[in-house]
Amino acid sequence: MSLSVNVTCHFGDFQLQVDQSFSGTGITALFGPSGCGKSTLLRIIAGLESKAKGVVNSGAAIWQNEKQFMPTWQRDIGFVFQEPRLFPHLTVAGNLAYAQKRSTNIQSQITLEKVVAALDLAPLLNRRVTALSGGEKQRVAIGRSLLTKPSLMLMDEPLSALDMKRRSSILLLIRSLPETFGVPVIYVTHAIDEVAQIADRIALLSDGRICAEGPLDAILENPELDDLTGRFEAGVVIDAKITGQDKKFQLTLLECQGQALIMPLIPLHIGETVRLRIRARDVALATEIPRGLSIRNVLPARIIAIDSNLESAFAEVILVFGDRKLRSRITRASVEELNLEPGKAVYALIKSIAFDRRGIGITP
Amino acid sequence: MPDLGPLWLTLQLAAVTTLLLLVVGTPVAWWLSQTRSRIKPAIEALTALPLVLPPTVIGFYLLITLSPKAPLGAFFLSVTGETLTFSFTGLVLASMFYSLPFMVQPLQAAFEIIGRAPLEAAATLRAKPIDAFFSVAAPMAFRAYITASVLTFAHTIGEFGVVLMVGGNIPGQTKVISIAIYEHVESINYAEAHVLSGILLAFSFFVLLLVYSLNRRFPLAGQSA
Repeated sequence: MSLSVNVTCHFGDFQLQVDQSFSGTGITALFGPSGCGKSTLLRIIAGLESKAKGVVNSGAAIWQNEKQFMPTWQRDIGFVFQEPRLFPHLTVAGNLAYAQKRSTNIQSQITLEKVVAALDLAPLLNRRVTALSGGEKQRVAIGRSLLTKPSLMLMDEPLSALDMKRRSSILLLIRSLPETFGVPVIYVTHAIDEVAQIADRIALLSDGRICAEGPLDAILENPELDDLTGRFEAGVVIDAKITGQDKKFQLTLLECQGQALIMPLIPLHIGETVRLRIRARDVALATEIPRGLSIRNVLPARIIAIDSNLESAFAEVILVFGDRKLRSRITRASVEELNLEPGKAVYALIKSIAFDRRGIGITP
Repeated sequence: MPDLGPLWLTLQLAAVTTLLLLVVGTPVAWWLSQTRSRIKPAIEALTALPLVLPPTVIGFYLLITLSPKAPLGAFFLSVTGETLTFSFTGLVLASMFYSLPFMVQPLQAAFEIIGRAPLEAAATLRAKPIDAFFSVAAPMAFRAYITASVLTFAHTIGEFGVVLMVGGNIPGQTKVISIAIYEHVESINYAEAHVLSGILLAFSFFVLLLVYSLNRRFPLAGQSA
């Protein structure tokens, strides 16, 4: 089921204007700074903003156009809010049953057993929701919205009220939703590290408009979009396979595009795939294989573009290795001194620390 | 032993008034809590009037409205063959207006505290608006419902001026306990006045005690998780 949206919505001086189709599979991140309208867009899709004008279609179903407005309760969505919004007069099981008994989707394969198992809710079922921790509440809220058996999940910064440790476990869980339950997700966030971990596609929202939408790697590889994705955090994501574990030095060996990589031990099995995030500021360049260097990850690559901003000290260099891209941020002075230009073969030096624990997402 | 008829009549009046006000007050309180209409302040002022006006003023206007010469009273007379003034039915109508703020204000406050968030959540869980009200808003306002019902009940029991104006003093029809006590005192029958007053005092205290004890066991409205 794919979603197409062509809407405008005014709030005082702010205007949201979006004409966009969203993928019917995987996770699409709706990314942008606070106040850019991403939560509003999500609420418009859910039918929670009655002031929005325009068209919202889900597959063949008309959710909204000039003539009609389908109320939220008839739209085939699951919604996870920033706050869990559980019903305090019901237990955990009661909250789940609330959604389950109102679901009208009889074809769905989502069952209570499957949801309870996937979200590890069994120990919580008889608890009062007021007695749960923040992470537990949000897990119940995700389970509850899944039990409406939706054909689209909408999530509005569901991790914003949680601490770092709980975030990563719930992120892994959200990452697995499209595959486990066959439901696509639109995920609103202003944290690029969350996007890098879970998204398949990303839509960049700025000042009420979508500036770019596409596969995650293509968007992150494009330096022109750095102002929107965050210059400091700019970088690429690549998938790599675990080939070995070195217990002695606490290292994990990986393989990507025929190249070996090393990083601090990841507690996963050999053969599994992990998503790595490599920030441009963590990649240095050399024109020949350097010796006497502490950096372990040295990849042969070729420059395909150099983007120099004359008002800054830095240049953004786009490299290709295998069929994947890397980004490197080095000084413009280095570009000139090393005589770097498109087509030139170089070595990309990646500091091990660049494989940030938080940037590890497990891909299905 | 004094005649306990006025006591039963009073309890009956308070119970019927409370039940009817639950039905009438809920939509009024809900509308006031949700609306952005410009006439909201006017409706709020109207429902709060009984808090401010002397009961004799309310009683006077109600007497005129309910009288067979007025449209409402005449209509009731033509349908039922009875007058609204000086009857139990008239007393119920008068009590409902007199006690309206005690039902509406706690409920309105609770609905406002609960806010839109839980109802939006209910809508995303496929609940129609009326379903969302009964399955989410009303249970979350449970404590306010207890408070509002008790205040309404207690306030109706204590009614005097309005009854005197609209209902008079007809045994079994409109002679409620406060009127009976007044009558006993007027005829210097202090013993009977003591008994009825004592019963009312003890009853009121235990009802309130029960409510405040119950209140501790239920969460406040709007304590969303």
